[in-house]
Amino acid sequence: MTAKADSSPSGAAPGARSLHRFANPGRFLRASARVQTWLWAAAALVLGAGLVWGLFLSPADWQQGQTVRIMYVHVPMAWLAMGGYTALAVASIMSLIWRHPLADLFARELSPVGALVTALCLATGSLWGRPMWGTWWVWDARLTSVLVLFFLWLGHAALTRAFEDQERGARVGAILALVGIVNIPIVKFSVDWWNTLHQPASVTRLDAPGMHVDILYPLLTCAFGFSLLFGAVVLARTRAAVMERRIRALQLARARREEAAGA
Amino acid sequence: MTHTFFIAASYALVLLGFGALVLDAARRHASAKRLLAELDPRGDRP
Repeated sequence: MTAKADSSPSGAAPGARSLHRFANPGRFLRASARVQTWLWAAAALVLGAGLVWGLFLSPADWQQGQTVRIMYVHVPMAWLAMGGYTALAVASIMSLIWRHPLADLFARELSPVGALVTALCLATGSLWGRPMWGTWWVWDARLTSVLVLFFLWLGHAALTRAFEDQERGARVGAILALVGIVNIPIVKFSVDWWNTLHQPASVTRLDAPGMHVDILYPLLTCAFGFSLLFGAVVLARTRAAVMERRIRALQLARARREEAAGA
Repeated sequence: MTHTFFIAASYALVLLGFGALVLDAARRHASAKRLLAELDPRGDRP
């Protein structure tokens, strides 16, 4: 394929040009089909190993006992909620600056997955908090900022679907995503900036992780496995959305042909 | 409620949530692929 066949704007930066190669739906579908299969397989393998390791093979905590096993699902959900939102903000920048059509679709398909992951983070945190703290919920800075993050995800998912003109919905959603990114450092540092019932960071500390490797390794394996699954789901949804857009265009073209033939 | 209940509920919620996501993505993907193949049989060619 020659450079002329690219749909990139001629004056775009090299990075943007390579990204615009995938604005071609056919090229994106062919390239992502190969990645998709490997992503499903890797997610099943890594997550299967991580969950068995965390649930059955890792030791109980000296203080929390068996309840520490909730961490192997709760912490990956929290990381994905924040990491996924950062990806949403990057896609929003690409959408607003380069008008990349795939970035719009990616963001639209990402937000329901991000909302679910954040809801799971809140639910598993609540299920962990009840036996450990004696309460399902407290309005401390960490829990409240994650609840705000959940509403931002939901807001983005609703807003991008609220307009008949999908491009307009994508633009408004992108602005919301970029405004909401300010909440990510608040979630991350809330446990340092305010006095919270939620514990401070124990894995992503700058000096050293505050947990034993017997617990840390299965946690990292689960986090990697859930990240692969998250990526596989978002990619499959984006591929489906690209195909659905093509289907709509083909159906519209067919209807116009039939209308012209009938006139 | 025992601690086992909280652990089981957490894992069940996460597995159900991701299971629903995977099934929905696979269903949408398969349905779109089939319809696209019907409407545009030459579309998949490079």
